[in-house]
Amino acid sequence: MAAPTPLNKRIYTWNFWACAAITGLAVFFIIKRFFFGIGSVSNMSDGYPWGIWIAYDVVVGTGLACGGYAMALLVYVFNRGEYSPLVRPALMTSLFGYTLAGISVMIDLGRYWQAYNIFLPWRSNFHSVMFEVAVCIGAYVLVLWVEFAPAVLEKLKAEQLRTRLNRVIFVFIALGILLPTMHQSSLGTMMLMAGYKLSPLWRSGFLPLLFLLSALLMGYAVVMVESFICQAWFKTPSEMPLLIKISQFMPWLLGFYLVVRLESVNLAGNLALAFNGSLQGNMFLLENILLIAAFVILVRPGNRAQPKMLFLAAVAVVLGASLYRLDTYIIGFDPGTGWRYFPSVPELVITLGVVATEGMAYMWVVNKLPVLPKAEHA
Amino acid sequence: MKIERRDFLKGVLGGGLLLAAAADPAAGRSPGKEPPPNAVGILYDATLCIGCQVCVGACKQANDMPAEHTGPEPLWDNPRDLSAKTLNIVKKYGSGDYPVKDTVAGYSFVKRHCMHCLDPACVSACPVSALLKNPDTGVVTYDKKACIGCRYCQIACPFNIPKFEWHSATPRIVKCQLCSHLLAKGGISACCAACPTGASLFGKVEELRQEAKRRLAMTPGEVYDFPVAALGSRESQQHRAGRYIRQVYGESEVGGTQYLLLAGVPFDKLGLPALPDESFVALADGIQYAIYKGMVYPLVVLGGLIYMIRKGEGGKH
Repeated sequence: MAAPTPLNKRIYTWNFWACAAITGLAVFFIIKRFFFGIGSVSNMSDGYPWGIWIAYDVVVGTGLACGGYAMALLVYVFNRGEYSPLVRPALMTSLFGYTLAGISVMIDLGRYWQAYNIFLPWRSNFHSVMFEVAVCIGAYVLVLWVEFAPAVLEKLKAEQLRTRLNRVIFVFIALGILLPTMHQSSLGTMMLMAGYKLSPLWRSGFLPLLFLLSALLMGYAVVMVESFICQAWFKTPSEMPLLIKISQFMPWLLGFYLVVRLESVNLAGNLALAFNGSLQGNMFLLENILLIAAFVILVRPGNRAQPKMLFLAAVAVVLGASLYRLDTYIIGFDPGTGWRYFPSVPELVITLGVVATEGMAYMWVVNKLPVLPKAEHA
Repeated sequence: MKIERRDFLKGVLGGGLLLAAAADPAAGRSPGKEPPPNAVGILYDATLCIGCQVCVGACKQANDMPAEHTGPEPLWDNPRDLSAKTLNIVKKYGSGDYPVKDTVAGYSFVKRHCMHCLDPACVSACPVSALLKNPDTGVVTYDKKACIGCRYCQIACPFNIPKFEWHSATPRIVKCQLCSHLLAKGGISACCAACPTGASLFGKVEELRQEAKRRLAMTPGEVYDFPVAALGSRESQQHRAGRYIRQVYGESEVGGTQYLLLAGVPFDKLGLPALPDESFVALADGIQYAIYKGMVYPLVVLGGLIYMIRKGEGGKH
């Protein structure tokens, strides 16, 4: 397998400038938000105090950014060194995803200038799930930067610093596995507090377990999707043999998730709600049909060997698990006082701006830093 | 990969154990909490309320809250619901134009504001202790110097009480704090002081509960004495006892609240949801507590991870 190298292709392509334009528009609305309040750009309300900035940018976004976590678990805990070419690109997307989720939080926090209060021991509330999530995500962003540092140091030819970092990096790798395990499950615990406001199709004592499993599912699926896309766009060598190997245990993970997901609703006697034709019921069905479809594809070894089928299944997992998270935070949430929520245009533009920023950062980094395996000459 | 039957069963069994472990923390906690020693609260009796809204105005005055205009012309304060400008509101339930008060087929008033829960979800949710339950009086207070504006309290509150200043660059969470600034000076909450009929009655929670029981035991239509403003105040009025629903709302809902309500119309019709006796805090707290108590498990896992990673590294060299 080729060592990671910078792609050294043109960065400032049409794609890059399209992303820049969206980001520019988003910055305009962000400035407006800081001068005139969150209500001036978003449709959030006292009934729906959390919109897509939390549900998509943070809850789905960090789930999609779990590639680094999922791969590190595989390589370092299950000691499967052969997957290591997938680690660095996965770490990079994790780094972007989490950093941008952090920035989104700062836009979403009403009293952002006091955000440091979380870290003041006399203010901290150890009972708060939000406290645990905030501290863990904050710490994990730092850990990701340290984990990714070798790629930067390689580029800067700072060999001495790199050797020194390599001596202690195991601590950061360990934290890089522990912290996501903690906060990804807690993102599920968080919505337990919504009580009856969360539909029984999503409310269950298994929220923490399901959020942890969905983080792993999204992590592996994103690594696959990313590998396929890089292969198509940047002509990096095919990683199919590795992807087939990862896909071997996906059916197990998916199967376990689906059993817990469906049984937790069924045992509580609430499965009938899925078929009452409501938006909540339909979204529940859609979310689970996507994941069942992926399971049906992946359970047959013959399908796993076909790039097309594997790609389809990975996309279905990404969509299904993302929808599960979005549903838990928005669709399944009903404060019960006639409130409705659909994001406003500026609100959507800010979220799109976050995605576009990630796209630009990705294009810049893969071209400048040793992340992706060396391209086959086309 | 072939899935062996035995392995499948093992997997299912393991899953079941995890399920049991995850469900366990919720069990074994007694529902309801004891009120703090000097817990104070309000007893609202919808059958005594005449819907005059003097309490709404008195609340605005006492708490320096602005008028809220929802009509076509900004003439007077006419809030439609609790909001970032309105901490206390009297709403009306009506069914058709049947004129008999305090019946399901007729109409009823209801006064809404913070319930001051015994096990408040907002206090448990707040990451920075901006919302606190006073250990003595039990009043749930808000501190804007601590608040980061994450709005988790709004998600967590089963009564949708905390409101947010959506159109401010320096927004606060806004909610009734039972006029703690007046309590500190030995006074009572402004809404109770202003109420002309004693429909809003201030007092110690234990005594308010007894008063509520006394009213439920009354014969409807008979004339009784009803205290005004606060329990134990010198003022009282005589009213005919209403036909109460046999329930004191807030006695056991989500572990009990310090705001108690009596009415002649079922509470769910008045916008007060039917809630379990156990607070939703208990389940989330139980799970968090089971996993993170003293950070023992996370540290053990961290140690295990470091060991495995070092071992793996050793193998490579």
